[in-house]
This record gives sequence, C-alpha cells and structure tokens, in this order.
Amino acid sequence: MRRGWFLPIAAALGFSFLYAPIVSLVIFSFNESSLVTVWSGFSTKWYGELFRDPQLLGAAWLSLQIAALSASIALVLGTLAAIALVRFRRFRGRTLFAGMVSAPLVMPDVITGLSLLLLFVAMEGFLGWPQGRGMLTIVIAHATFCTAYVCVVVQSRLSDFDRSLEEAAMDLGASPVRTFFDITLPIIAPALVSGWLLGFTLSLDDLVIASFVSGPGSSTLPMVIFSKVRLGVSPDVNALASIIIGIVALGVLAATIIQLRTKPKNRQV
Amino acid sequence: MAKKPQQLAIDTRPWRDTANNKPFVRIKNVSKKFGDIIAVHEVSLDIYKSELFCLLGGSGSGKSTLLRMLAGFENPTSGTIEIDGQDMTEVPPYNRPVNMMFQSYALFPHMSVEQNIAYGLKRDGLPRAEIAARVNELLALVKLQDYGKRKPHQLSGGQRQRVALARALAKRPKLLLLDEPLGALDKKLREETQFELVKIQEQLGVTFIVVTHDQEEAMTLATRIGVMNQGEIAMIGEPTDIYEFPNSRFVANFIGSANMVEGVVSEDEPDHVRIRSSELGCDIYVGHGVDCAPEQRLWWAIRPEKMVLSREKPAGLHGANVATGIVEEIAYLGDISVYQIALASGKRLRVSQTNSVRGNPDAITWEETVYVTWDEDAGSVLTS
Repeated sequence: MRRGWFLPIAAALGFSFLYAPIVSLVIFSFNESSLVTVWSGFSTKWYGELFRDPQLLGAAWLSLQIAALSASIALVLGTLAAIALVRFRRFRGRTLFAGMVSAPLVMPDVITGLSLLLLFVAMEGFLGWPQGRGMLTIVIAHATFCTAYVCVVVQSRLSDFDRSLEEAAMDLGASPVRTFFDITLPIIAPALVSGWLLGFTLSLDDLVIASFVSGPGSSTLPMVIFSKVRLGVSPDVNALASIIIGIVALGVLAATIIQLRTKPKNRQV
Repeated sequence: MAKKPQQLAIDTRPWRDTANNKPFVRIKNVSKKFGDIIAVHEVSLDIYKSELFCLLGGSGSGKSTLLRMLAGFENPTSGTIEIDGQDMTEVPPYNRPVNMMFQSYALFPHMSVEQNIAYGLKRDGLPRAEIAARVNELLALVKLQDYGKRKPHQLSGGQRQRVALARALAKRPKLLLLDEPLGALDKKLREETQFELVKIQEQLGVTFIVVTHDQEEAMTLATRIGVMNQGEIAMIGEPTDIYEFPNSRFVANFIGSANMVEGVVSEDEPDHVRIRSSELGCDIYVGHGVDCAPEQRLWWAIRPEKMVLSREKPAGLHGANVATGIVEEIAYLGDISVYQIALASGKRLRVSQTNSVRGNPDAITWEETVYVTWDEDAGSVLTS
C-alpha cells in the first residue's frame, strides 16, 4: 500500500488554485484596516458597517426578490418545457424546440442582455408594456435564461423516470392529475429543488444581463458592488462577498444533499 | 411439473364447454397499430373465470401490447374488449376492474411497503381502519408481515415482487394482469415463486392473465396458453395440447424442442397416412387419418423424448418408422442425455433418453451407428 506523494500535492495545488482567492477574501473581510491589502488585526466592524449601508442593503433585498421570483417563474416554465421534451417524443419542431431551449446556456450574456433590452424597448413602443425598465424587466430577463437551466436539470431526471410508476398509480385508481401530484411530483422534486436553487444562484450572480435591462433605482447587488469596486475596493464589500459566498455555499450544499439522499431510492431493479 | 389433475378436473375447464359457459374476458378482433407497425392483428380470445391464462411469445409478438390494452394503457385501433360483460374499450385505466403487476414492479420509491399496498385502497376512499386491516391481510398473504415499514429499495428482488403482487391484489380486482411476473428473479426463486403464485391464484379465485416469454413458466402456471407470433395468436390450448399436439411448425418449434422433417404423402387412408421422407431416409407411418391429399408436401414434427435409440435394428411398423445414423454429439444432462444423430441425408435428429441405469458402462457413445424408431402416434403431422 505505497501511496505516492504526487496525487495529494496535485490535488492540494488544484484546490488552492480554485479556493485560495476566496479564502483570502473571507480572511480580509475580518481585517481591521480600511486598506484592503494591509492586515492590521481581526475585527468584525466591516460587517457592522455593511448593515448600516442602506444602498447595499436595498440592493441586496432587491437581488434576493428578483432571484426568488425569476427562479420560481423559470421553475414552472423549465419544468413544462422538460415535460414536453421528454414525454412527447415526437412533435413538429421538436429538435428546434430542444435547441432553442438550451441555447441560452451557451449564449454570451452580453448578447442576451442586449437583445432583451432591444426587445423591451420595442415592446414599450408598440404595446406600452413593460413601462420603463426596472425590477420587472430584470425578472423577465433572468427567468429567460434560468428556464434553460431548470429545463436541463428536470429533463435529465424525467428521462430516467420509469413511466410504469405512473401507469401503476392510474391502474390503482388515480386520475392523471392525482397521479401527477402523488407520484410524478414527489419523485422529480429533488430535480425541481436543485433547478430552483440553480436558478436562484444564477440570478443572484448575474451582472451583465441585469446591467442591460435594469432601470434607474433598480440596481441589483452585483451592480452596486461592481460600481463600488470601480471607485476602489472597500473592506465592507469583502464582508458582503463573504456573506454571499456563505449563502451560495449553503444553497449548493443543500441541493447536493437532496440529490444524493433521494438518488439510491430510485434505483429500481 | 404439470398442473395437478385433481385440482382441475374436466368439469372445471369451462373452455371445453363453450356452449354453457360465458367467457369472463372477451377480446374480439382486436388490432393495434403503432404508425405503420402492426403490433396486434385481429386477435380474438375468450378467457373464463378463475383461469390462469398465459400469453406466451417472443419479444415483439404483441403479447405485452395485448396486456396493456386490457389494462387500458393502450386503446385498440379496432375491435372490442369486454370484461365481465362490459365493454371496456373506452374506459380509462383508473376506472377498470382490473389491476396489473408490472414487469419492473413499479413500486413507488417514495412510499413504504404499507403505503404502496394501501395506495389503491386510499383512492377508493375506504375508511382508515379498513385499509389497515386489508394491508395486514395482504402482507400476511405474501409473507411480508415484518416489512411493512420498509421502503422498496430496502427489499430484495423476491420481496419486491411480492409487494407488487400484494399491491395489485389489494383492490380485489376481478382480473389481474401480470407482465413477466417472475422475469427479474433468479432461477431458484422463480421456481418457488411459480408455485406460490398458483397457490394464491387458486386460493383467491381471481382470473389471472400472465404474459411471459418463458415457456417453462407458462407450462407450470397456466390452465391454458395462448401462443403469440407476430401479433397473432398462433394457438390456444392447455399446456399438454400445445406441447403434444402443436398446430403449426411455429408452435412445434417455439415450445420445447422438436425435430422437424419434410415429407410427401404417399398413402392417404382414413385410418392411416404414410409419408415419404428423403430427409429421414425412411417412410413415416402415422396411425390416424390426416386432412391432406396424396403427393402433398407437409411437415412432421417429433419431440426428442418420443423416440427410442438402439444398436440393433428394430422391427418398425409396416416397413416404416426406422431411421439410421451416426451419433455425432451427446449432451449429458444428468437425468437425461440428448443424442444428436447425423442421418445419411445430412439431417440431424435430436433424441433424448432417460439415464435409468446408474453410470451405465454400456451406454451408446460417439461415432456409433444407431437406429431410431418411434410409435405411429409419436409425431405431429403439420400442414402449415
């Protein structure tokens, strides 16, 4: 049982490449000094500072609302798209539909943002809706690309789904609607949860698309941070970033645990 | 392993007296097309109460599609299905008095064994206490009393199979459909479960329709077998009929193994038929009349165990029924040995003999010249 030294070292290097910047950011968020790069002692004062900054707090609240809303819209639309793709094997334009649904995954954000902006402006001109740009337009924009992610996640779950489970429920007297709520939904629930969390995180993360489609007074958190950083990094941004990392890490962890815990139960012989 | 005759006396075989018995399931001219593919073609079938009917066929023979039409998951393209006198063609699966046991068992992974079994009863809106009592009754029936709280993934294959059976029986269906019920079990468990299944069926008196590709399973379980081929019913009959009196070359070949020989009718009398076969190198004397014409080409099939092997030339019958060849292969199976005999024509016959003498030193061996003979009724004359 001779274990080489190469693998552990390679792994350590790989992980430090990925996580050293984040760790240093978290460490410096507890820095006393107002100079970001100089360590002068441990303090949590920037966290306190953060909670007294109405601009940051307002942006954070707005971002959370947008993320929750757009993830929820994307969940419904993405699930419907996934069901259409998996369950209705053949329909006119299926290939086109499949391609179009997943296109936002690879589309550069700049293009998505710009095209949505043009659309919103044109719609306002012709339909008078949406009036101006703000939270609503950001939600719509985020829901668009999150739908693609939800669709991919739910699709993979649905394609492993054993149709005879639904048939068995109907055979035992459950109507199709009842079957959906009793059998289909609980079994694909983990995919729905992770799809929602994924959408939530992506929306919370997004800077580029939001910059295109936001209006006055509707700056999301990433936009505020970005503009702050341009004026020079202040330590309270570090504190804010640490909190966001914490939230995202918790979300990802939760999604993974849910996926793992439910996976072996569906291994049917 | 045939059905025990005392349990199934002649008078309990309603299909033998169609004038006085009403079929319970009546499939009339049912066809099913998927696009251009005809899965089931003009199938008509009557199944009687308390039967254990097996639909036997290879993959793609349409047996599963027929079963799914009975359950209501597929609608026939044409034809009707009646259950207990009611037309079921337009009735959705959740309103049929029919339950199904799925090949994959289709146990709900997020529910415990008890919840799985109770699912159908809950849909019927039965009171809680009644459901609990019924679930316990069923768990006892399939001998899983201590497993009610487990989830399906915590059970072995055989236990899952029994949960699936209990769940399908929970609503006391008039008709139970079983899709390859033993398909996922290993050989030993399968044999045990076969008998258990028959026992439960006899105990409850429910009509079973079983789909299987395993002929041994069909022979063991069934009161009658419907052999399916390419979407059509090739033959319906009791296991012994199907095995001993196949009606076509397909059935003779599909069930068990058979030696198939081509021949020409040389004598066609009301009490016997003589068939000239160049493949066998001798005539075949059949001791009963056959619906054929002189000089007609037909086939004759004989099971390996219906022939006798000897070193000395046997007397034969009316100068027929004796073929000769060289032992080419011997498969020793313990209880029997199967000999492959190469005839002069190049045709190979498979003959099986019981190994009744222990470690027989004088047994027929490779490269020996041997004679094969058979009775006048040992084979089946087939015209299709």
